[in-house]
Amino acid sequence: MLVLDRIVKYFHKGGVNEVLALNGVSLEVEKGDFITIIGSNGAGKSTLLTGVAGGFLPDSGRLLLDGEEITRLPEHRRAKFIGRVFQDPLLGTCASMTIEQNMALAQRRGLTRGLAAGVKAGDREFFRAQLAQIGLGLENRLHDRVGLLSGGQRQSLTMLMATMAEPRVLLLDEHTAALDPKTANHILELTERIVRERRLTTLMVTHNMNQALALGNRLIMLHRGEIILDIRGAEKENLRVQDLLARFYAIKGETFSSDKMLLV
Amino acid sequence: MTTYAFLGALEQGFVYGLMVLGVYLTFRVLDFPDLTVDGSLPLGAAVASVAITAGHDPFLALTFAAGAGFLAGAVTGILNTKFKILHLLASILTMIALYSITIRIMGRPNLTLLGKPTVMDAVAALGLPPHLASTALFACFAAAAVAALLWFLRTEIGQTMLATGDNPQMIRSLGVDTDIVIIGSVGLSNALVALAGGLIAQNQGAADVNMGVGTIVAGLASVIIGETLFGCRTVARALVAAVAGSVLYRLAIAFALSLKIGDFSFQPSDLKLVTAVLVVLALVAPRIRKGLARCSS
Repeated sequence: MLVLDRIVKYFHKGGVNEVLALNGVSLEVEKGDFITIIGSNGAGKSTLLTGVAGGFLPDSGRLLLDGEEITRLPEHRRAKFIGRVFQDPLLGTCASMTIEQNMALAQRRGLTRGLAAGVKAGDREFFRAQLAQIGLGLENRLHDRVGLLSGGQRQSLTMLMATMAEPRVLLLDEHTAALDPKTANHILELTERIVRERRLTTLMVTHNMNQALALGNRLIMLHRGEIILDIRGAEKENLRVQDLLARFYAIKGETFSSDKMLLV
Repeated sequence: MTTYAFLGALEQGFVYGLMVLGVYLTFRVLDFPDLTVDGSLPLGAAVASVAITAGHDPFLALTFAAGAGFLAGAVTGILNTKFKILHLLASILTMIALYSITIRIMGRPNLTLLGKPTVMDAVAALGLPPHLASTALFACFAAAAVAALLWFLRTEIGQTMLATGDNPQMIRSLGVDTDIVIIGSVGLSNALVALAGGLIAQNQGAADVNMGVGTIVAGLASVIIGETLFGCRTVARALVAAVAGSVLYRLAIAFALSLKIGDFSFQPSDLKLVTAVLVVLALVAPRIRKGLARCSS
């Protein structure tokens, strides 16, 4: 179980550009939860995920994973428990290295690395089987450099890599936003399947309200660094986009605005 | 160009090839332009010379040199990662500090090795003529370094080094401390450079605190010449290209020195200018030749 306890994060604290990105966010993520996160511009969605991943130290508040405090654990040490897929498909893989080299790097997430061969001959079958699951024909291209792949192919590979070594928490940061609609759908299906089959605890930021409603068992809406909606279970299943917008208006007294958010 | 000059260039090409491999590691693999090498080359020379003068075995002296180089590189790495100093500036600071340290190690600005045992004795004992002996020995060193790096870059640690240069955010999210990787890699690079320094001192019979001036530029020129002519599609190819580039660079210099156009001929002191122009041309060349752009990405 992941617990965020009154996390506060300022950017440029004390300067003229001071921004309060997270204003005492508290959240209890149950094991197996698949939470979709939406919010208007600058709501703190990505900051929230980066904070969980360890990209910065919060100004105050605590972060607990399965009862263990991880607030001050640096990013690379937290990586042991956390799988991550970024919005930019180029960020999740190494372009100059081959598919199998990338997968071998991901396979050892959280383990010590020594002077054994990076890619072990015995692992190739496993890599092929993993790649065959995503149905892009990559299983026959183990020796190709990742730089030769399309954005969608790279994001699919990143999705695999993030979940190869079982993560206790999977963080997806608008991981379909930079892709064309068809590819985005493919990645979403892959996401849905992997998360369901392996019961991964997942936090997914999305810019698409329908996606946020269709996927997962819980939805939270952020606004100006605070969680203003937390809907789960049956209530979430019956929710429509109009209901969401109406509830936002009822709480905030303003219209939901985001230049990126897809409302239909 | 005389045969003697040709062999001399070959010899220099191989021994500086070790230095070029070090520059390749930082400049290309790690994307970390490292000027420490201007200081770690004479550092290696000084440490090896002092060790030999103190009666140590010449080969053992080389491991001391490499160790000192590793520490120097690690300091640059620490300045950059832990104190967030820009990599270029961090390496300049170490380079300047090394000037004083190198003189301290020798107790004076230069140290001769006249009459002292060197690694060249071991090869001369095999019966090779002296001018071939050093060339053969340095070629062996360069080949061994290429083979060792090739093996190393395919290990789990080596792969994290490649990934850190390519995509640090990604490899951090896979649980690797990129600070440690950078510190170790810059250290390894400078160990190679200092090893070259230790060999050069033994070959020319003296260590001098000023012998490192322009090392980085010669290294860059060699890396770039190598990858332009031999390509860099795989790590293996890039490593061989680095050494080949080093040899070609020294040959080009020997050729330039032997050139006479009317009354004009190059002086050894002109070579820094020639090299700088060469590097500028090669860095601008990607617009003309796409091969280079692939290497730097």
